[in-house]
Amino acid sequence: MLAASLVVFLVLSVLPGDPAQLILGTNARPDTLAAIRAQLGLDRPAWLRYLSWMGALAVGDLGTSYTYSVPVAELVAARAAVSLPLALMAVTISISVAIPVGVIAASRRGRGTDVALMGAAQFGVSLPNFWLGLLLILLFAVTLGWLPASGFAGWDAGWLLALRSLLLPAVALGLPQAAILARVTRSSVLETLGEDFVRTARAKGLTRRAALWRHAVPNAMIPVITIIGLQFSFLLAGTVIIENVFTLPGLGRLMFQSIAQRDLIVVQDLVVLLAGSVILVNFAVDLVYGLIDPRLSRR
Amino acid sequence: MNKIIAAALAATLATGTAQAAKDTLSLGMVLEPPMLDPTGGAAAATREVVYQNVFEGLTRIDQNGQVVPALAKSWTISGDGLVYIFALHTEAKFHDGAAFDCSVVKFTYERAVAPDSTNAQKGLFEAIAKTECPDPATAVVTLKRPTARFLFNIGFSDTVMIGPASAAGNKTNPVGTGPYLFKRWVKGDRVELARNEAYWGAKPAIASVTFRFVADPSAAAAAMLAGDIDAFPLFPAPETLDQFRADKRFTVNIGTTAGKTILALNNARKPFDDVRVRRALAYAIDRKALVDALGNYGTPIGSHYVPGDVGYVDLTGAYPYDPAKAKALLAEAGIKPGFTMTLRLPPPPYARRGGEVIAAMLEQVGIVAKQEPIEWAQWLDQVFKPQTDYDATIIAHVEPGDLDVYARDFYYYNYKSDEYRATFKQYVETVDPAKQVTLLGDLQRILSRDEPNVYLYALAKVSVWKAGLRGMWPNQPVPANPIAGISWAE
Repeated sequence: MLAASLVVFLVLSVLPGDPAQLILGTNARPDTLAAIRAQLGLDRPAWLRYLSWMGALAVGDLGTSYTYSVPVAELVAARAAVSLPLALMAVTISISVAIPVGVIAASRRGRGTDVALMGAAQFGVSLPNFWLGLLLILLFAVTLGWLPASGFAGWDAGWLLALRSLLLPAVALGLPQAAILARVTRSSVLETLGEDFVRTARAKGLTRRAALWRHAVPNAMIPVITIIGLQFSFLLAGTVIIENVFTLPGLGRLMFQSIAQRDLIVVQDLVVLLAGSVILVNFAVDLVYGLIDPRLSRR
Repeated sequence: MNKIIAAALAATLATGTAQAAKDTLSLGMVLEPPMLDPTGGAAAATREVVYQNVFEGLTRIDQNGQVVPALAKSWTISGDGLVYIFALHTEAKFHDGAAFDCSVVKFTYERAVAPDSTNAQKGLFEAIAKTECPDPATAVVTLKRPTARFLFNIGFSDTVMIGPASAAGNKTNPVGTGPYLFKRWVKGDRVELARNEAYWGAKPAIASVTFRFVADPSAAAAAMLAGDIDAFPLFPAPETLDQFRADKRFTVNIGTTAGKTILALNNARKPFDDVRVRRALAYAIDRKALVDALGNYGTPIGSHYVPGDVGYVDLTGAYPYDPAKAKALLAEAGIKPGFTMTLRLPPPPYARRGGEVIAAMLEQVGIVAKQEPIEWAQWLDQVFKPQTDYDATIIAHVEPGDLDVYARDFYYYNYKSDEYRATFKQYVETVDPAKQVTLLGDLQRILSRDEPNVYLYALAKVSVWKAGLRGMWPNQPVPANPIAGISWAE
């Protein structure tokens, strides 16, 4: 994380663009620009800015956004209140579609069901999520009028309303992910179906179905969990296009806007926080490995 | 029995609400304001939310671009044009209950020119020598020199009245004297305003208004079609307009703005220091075809001034589309076919897509125009700053009536004309309105003759709103969405 902080700081300090000029526009006078630079602390040398940023970060102070003039912590918390539930919903959709599809396809290998399901998955993998998003808007918001086309009312407007505005984007994000996950599940289950212990289980007298669900599937889950972890990390801030299509105030758009506006402090904080969250997700994935494969935790 | 009463009650309530005219409004905007204090930054989005809604100045600009009274009831101007005496609406109150009187005027104007001021339009206040308060209901503003647009300037969004007690918090909790008060801001999504029931002026029809921020053009079109948004004053998806025109639920309006789209040239760099080259470029561009190709409904212009501005002179005939003449001028200036120049293009479609069209037109006269897309931050840093590292760029200047930029010591065009500066000084210091109009004409003619930039077209205001909505501004003389004049038809 320290490395990430140094890299992002160095990259941002060589990026052309002056936050003060961006705030004040083309009619600003030199003394006004100087006043705002002093107010933002941009008149100090770079090493001092880095140290004071890191110092504040060490005690949990993320600083104040240049453009919004509010604490970055507040800004990030508000955006995470959109991105985190959205990522969770998308991953839930992805898992609940992908695992049954993958397992069923594997157990019917080579037959019509398998071909149809994997054909659909191939279609899903090649489906751009923003295009799917636009189709969903056209169908459910414009034509049927069931769900809002865009925007996020905020959690204080009622959780049902908030969930309604997150449903379409979660589907748009989750389905293409599900397609990838289904393919991974299928190949992983196929691999374990060929293992000796599955044959032993069948030889003990278990039905095909029991052997599949009790022995093959749990053992096939390690690569699946890895992919889920990767997908979740991606969904936290890599969803800027979907956020734009649905006008959701998520972390991806915050990052994008902050870079365009040269709101350097927000970009720096976000990079460090996201690096931290990827570490956390990886840690959680490791814990889950231990749960499904006791051999790993005993080591 | 209770059930029946409840049902009857529910029925009455339902019909009651159905009969009352709708009094809420949701308005779409492309960009979210970074903050809500119009006196501390240059974002047009800030103005489009708070100006004339939350904040008011002594004067205001109406939908025709004219100066009308606001917090000042009336004014008198001394014969030499130096002293302005304003009679104030002291019955006005700030939303936090603070009184409005001359001390607020003095505070506002002095705060804007203070050394630590972050007012993006500090220049607008520069002419003010002092503000005095003979009594609370009268403000006497003395100028250093006569200033032609002074009443316009103090009606602009950057010169609105700010309460001494609430000034510091205006960025996130704006407190003004206007007909609407700030309710809440869901960052990244919306700002909500509510009618100020204690407003000093006429009571507006709309009780609550939501500004929704939708950056993506197709999302904006979908939100309008789905009925989530009632009006989109600067609609970003002109390619979908035919669909809205065909739909009886919507009204489509094409109006004007103060935005001058230009092909800005670096007059300090060869060969653009040669007026023949600049004129050749002007002849080489077919403005009508450019606007049609972009589908943005712009109106061709002939100088840095738009139709509707005070004293506008139509100079669009000065450089008609004439590639042969352009080639001849280029040859005369010693420019060989195959000459290469760079177009640095900021993100808006008028620049990026406009750049493609203009490059194709320049190719017809033997100029190779390389297109270089750049970010807005880079544009400000590399094109606009004093090093002016560019050949040409496409940009829309949205500040109304900004003929002053050509008279500045430094501006990124690097245009230097003593004649223009002298004429501009004369215009600014003229008190007689008729003489002002004559001089404005002269300024436009000098620009057309010298053609420091190639003047392309005035940006259109393309709006879509629900049929039944009344009082939307058809044009955008200044960035503003005043809600007070808007209502729903019965």
